[in-house]
Amino acid sequence: MTHDDTLLRRLAADFAASRLALAGLALLAAIAAAAILAPWLAPQNPYDLAELDLAASRLPPGARSADGTTFWLGTDGQGRDMLSAILYGLRISIGVGVAATLLALAIGAAVGLVAAWAGGRTESVVMRVVDLQLSFPAILIALVLLAVLGPGVGKIVFALVAAQWAYYARTVRGAALAERRKEYVDAAVVLALPRARILFGHLLPNVLPPLVVVATVQVANAIALEATLSFLGLGLPVTEPSLGLLIANGYAYLLSGKYWISFFPGVALATTIVAVNLVGDRLRDALNPRLAQ
Amino acid sequence: MTAPLLELRAVSMRFARPLDTAARIARALGANVGEAAVHALDGVSLAVAQGEVVGLVGESGCGKSTLARIAVGLHAPSAGERLWKGRPTASLRGDAALRARLAAQMIFQDPLASLNPRMRVAELVGEAPVVHGLVQRAGRRGYVAELLERVGLDASVARRYPHQLSGGQRARVGIARALAVRPELLVCDEAVAALDVSVQAQVLNLFAALRRDLGLAYLFISHDLGVVRYLADRVAVMYLGRIVESAPAEALFAAPRHPYTRALLAEMPRLEVRRKRFAAVRGEIPSPLAPPPGCHFHPRCPHAMPRCRMQRPELAEVAPGRFAACFLDVTAEPQ
Repeated sequence: MTHDDTLLRRLAADFAASRLALAGLALLAAIAAAAILAPWLAPQNPYDLAELDLAASRLPPGARSADGTTFWLGTDGQGRDMLSAILYGLRISIGVGVAATLLALAIGAAVGLVAAWAGGRTESVVMRVVDLQLSFPAILIALVLLAVLGPGVGKIVFALVAAQWAYYARTVRGAALAERRKEYVDAAVVLALPRARILFGHLLPNVLPPLVVVATVQVANAIALEATLSFLGLGLPVTEPSLGLLIANGYAYLLSGKYWISFFPGVALATTIVAVNLVGDRLRDALNPRLAQ
Repeated sequence: MTAPLLELRAVSMRFARPLDTAARIARALGANVGEAAVHALDGVSLAVAQGEVVGLVGESGCGKSTLARIAVGLHAPSAGERLWKGRPTASLRGDAALRARLAAQMIFQDPLASLNPRMRVAELVGEAPVVHGLVQRAGRRGYVAELLERVGLDASVARRYPHQLSGGQRARVGIARALAVRPELLVCDEAVAALDVSVQAQVLNLFAALRRDLGLAYLFISHDLGVVRYLADRVAVMYLGRIVESAPAEALFAAPRHPYTRALLAEMPRLEVRRKRFAAVRGEIPSPLAPPPGCHFHPRCPHAMPRCRMQRPELAEVAPGRFAACFLDVTAEPQ
């Protein structure tokens, strides 16, 4: 009798058994809160060029500005307060990562379900396209797309979705093939329910839960991928820097001792990714019946 | 004479595993590689009249479940015809096709596996009638409660998930779900095999009550002769994809004609039998991948004749309403 309420409770208990995962969850919550509350937390709006003072550029951490505010993490080449830039950058990085993952999950799940149900030629064609796409590194696909499309938040989400949907399509198809053989699907067919209803109302809820866990880990990958693309200058416009772009901006000064411009965004990025991974890995282990004690 | 509710005419089902590339190359090079095919059903004809209960018995692996799936329309047969009230279902379109589909419902073997684990009973039972417009969405609750009451469940069960129910309750929910689309025929594939004996009896009584109250017809498939005997008007016996005997239940249990039926009945536990001898059916059921030629039963038959190895005995009427596929019957007739 292991389902829903009891399953959730057991999952929570399993999850809480790992102190590291709990720490990861707390960290993630703090980071998410900081990102969401950035406009209220940040001392400065880094996107408002009027607030930036070029005279205050590349100040070390703890320096004071002309009007008396302290730059706790220093400033970058445009005189941007690094703390504010990082908070706003987190917002973009996490937002892009989550949005891309959810979209990729939705598209991949739909494609995988339809392929598993249709079978035959449709399935073969769809799955060969998936195989073909998965044989290229995700970053290559995203790079090519962004090089063609140009910068922009919507475009980078599109590129990330294009790079990741195939992974979900394959996973969902596998799970749906196993689920399809169960008698409750036959029962739905005998009741002459519409095909879309069987696919998305009956099959999907039974296929989705393990996939959501996989998606949690994939959020970290999406964030890292976005940071990589931004670092290479292909992601977002310079006026709205994400973490990757901030790191890229400070890269040139790294050897001249002005470490803070790259270092602090790097720390923020690494912490976010580690926190997401800690939570995701533990969730995956807790849901894996073979690892359950 | 009116057409029977459901009629299967010379239905065959062949499951073939297509050759893979390696095998195709081997065959192109002249190797003797054939396509592995299983004849799960081999020219089976069966009819269920309005309000009639037809029992279908046979050992596991003889094609009973495949026949159930064809009877309910889940599979299309690879040969032969399925007729609903005298009309081939393959030719039905639109509303008529939908009504014919809904009129034949299935009760599954595993009550838990046949219920979607993420749906509450109210949705499991109430979804299809709302989708098909048999009840309004607003009336769903009352309709579900009415159905649950009919199958002997409390209306409060509607809020539960399948895993929160007992085996007997799950079986009843499965029955309520089938009844929700107002069927005329229930195909029960080993519907009580997974239940405890006491619960089995309750569910069988429920089937009997539903037949009485709603005039339902049944195709009742089971390996358990006692269960079939309790419910069926007519019994068909299957062996390796063929029907070997079919007769009114009473006559069949009183005087089986086919050696296989006799062997099955001899194995049936009975109170009056003191000393049991289990020598009745010798050997194993042969592989359906390579069934024996002629009569499929001849390697295990105590009366096998040379002819049985060569020629397939057809199902023939050996007495009014009684059919058997055995050369013994034909040869015994003139005496």
